[in-house]
Amino acid sequence: MLEIGLAHYLTVGAILFTLGVFGIFLNRKNVITILMSIELMLLAVNLNFVAFSHFLNDLGGQIFAMFVLTVAAAEAAIGLAIVVVFFRNRGTIAVQDANQMKG
Amino acid sequence: MQELPNFAPALPEIFIAFSAIALLLLGVFRKEDATQGITVLAIVAMLFAGLLVPAAAGGRVVTFGGMFVVDGFSAFTKVLVLLASAFTMAMSANWLHREKLERFEYPVLMLLATLGMMLMISANNLMALYLGLELQSLALYVLAAYQRDSGRATEAGLKYFVLGSLASGMLLYGSSLIYGFAGTTGFDALGHSFAQGVPVGVTVGMVFVIAALAFKISAVPFHMWTPDVYEGAPTPVTAFFAVAPKIAAFSLLVRVMVGPFGDLTHQWSQVVIFISLASMALGAFGAIAQNNIKRLMAYSSIGHVGYALIGLAVGDQVGIRGVLIYLAIYLFMNVGTFAVILAMRQKGRLMEGIDDLAGLSKTHPMSAAAMAIFMFSMAGIPPLAGFWGKLYVFMAAIEKGFITLAVVGVLTSVVSAYYYLRIIKVMYFDEPVEALDHGTGKGLSFIVAFNAILIVVFTFLPSSLVSSASTAAAALFGG
Repeated sequence: MLEIGLAHYLTVGAILFTLGVFGIFLNRKNVITILMSIELMLLAVNLNFVAFSHFLNDLGGQIFAMFVLTVAAAEAAIGLAIVVVFFRNRGTIAVQDANQMKG
Repeated sequence: MQELPNFAPALPEIFIAFSAIALLLLGVFRKEDATQGITVLAIVAMLFAGLLVPAAAGGRVVTFGGMFVVDGFSAFTKVLVLLASAFTMAMSANWLHREKLERFEYPVLMLLATLGMMLMISANNLMALYLGLELQSLALYVLAAYQRDSGRATEAGLKYFVLGSLASGMLLYGSSLIYGFAGTTGFDALGHSFAQGVPVGVTVGMVFVIAALAFKISAVPFHMWTPDVYEGAPTPVTAFFAVAPKIAAFSLLVRVMVGPFGDLTHQWSQVVIFISLASMALGAFGAIAQNNIKRLMAYSSIGHVGYALIGLAVGDQVGIRGVLIYLAIYLFMNVGTFAVILAMRQKGRLMEGIDDLAGLSKTHPMSAAAMAIFMFSMAGIPPLAGFWGKLYVFMAAIEKGFITLAVVGVLTSVVSAYYYLRIIKVMYFDEPVEALDHGTGKGLSFIVAFNAILIVVFTFLPSSLVSSASTAAAALFGG
């Protein structure tokens, strides 16, 4: 029987974090996908914090995770609000249309 | 029953927080025409908090369970941040009125961003660091997209939001690794735990944290958002971005590198040297081809961050003193330059092209003279203040044997002198195509004049800034 240890949690966290980062950079379609990727990154970090907190027998990591959750909610709200004003101006939220400034 | 923490060291922050809430309420209850009054009150609140900062800081005091620290270093940078915010708020008032964007949320958002910066500067724990940084960033995302009918401003807001969140994510991932492998998030405890041997996880985490903070100070290779956001955001917001958050994030970077990671200098100094060299080079060469003055200022600010990073790469007390002097001088040069840019209007419309400055010396001799002073100072030409800022960081680098950094710094300042001098050439030797408007605001003229005079007379009174910067740097090294 496989024992689930710290390394497993960290691996899952690292995979989720990498997926989030790649979601931001490789995604050429929709801004909403970017918002989801950002959430994925923050949740991967939370997984890390909670796993470390359990294996260190220290509550600090769980407190940090609670703060991250709260801030992530505020961040998502602001992100969506910015996407809404962007859509009102352009009529699109495709990533390749965010190109008025270059150089 | 636990005792209440000591609130006294956080008095300036508490004051700013209460003023933000009070001004928000005031704005809601007095709907019409409250913006101007609220802007003035917000400036007063910032200046008053600036007076409270030195009063609250005696020696080094730690409160709120080790989360919050006040020392000479935090006092120095907080005063700079509050000054920068007050200046840019004063510059915004005129712009808000002319663009018919007077909403009371604007000064409140700036107050909240300033509060976040002050918390960042005083952070003594990765948790406090993250919360301060996010309070600042969330307010700044909204400010970047404040001109919500403008396609460029909303695009700037969107880009800033996406890349800023990515940086926060990296900061958090780094923090989680540091927490996991060192067992604590407190800066004091971290500082003691690396004397014998560093777990590899902490090194990886530290690199993530450096990357995230390099993002916030827009150092190469994490600078790609800067030109777009500076160009797209409303000009007073760009002015704010160029000074206050940069100073706050820089002092945070200095505190994190020197405090908890002070024993790892040999590991991070390589990274900082690379970032510094790359920023100086990109700041010098990137700006050459620009025609939009806000974009040019973005590249110029990347270059200035590179120069200031030399001081951090040196990593000793003299180097940090150089950083603080550089940041202080950078603040006044940039505020002045942006005040001139904000006064560039043609038939009421705000102009942003460098060509629009043509013949400014004939139509607006005083503005042209002030702008020339700022440009000469940024290029580092003696006897103006910008020269002294560069001199102190280069001297620190040479004393510790970082000759490459100093040589590259001097060479890139020569390259960047090209585009600073080009602006002067356009103002003094090109014929005006269409004259810019006159009388674009007494407040702006006052700010321009004040900063220009300060930069000219700095040569005669450098001792006060240098001595306070020395005390601030010494506080960081437990002196």
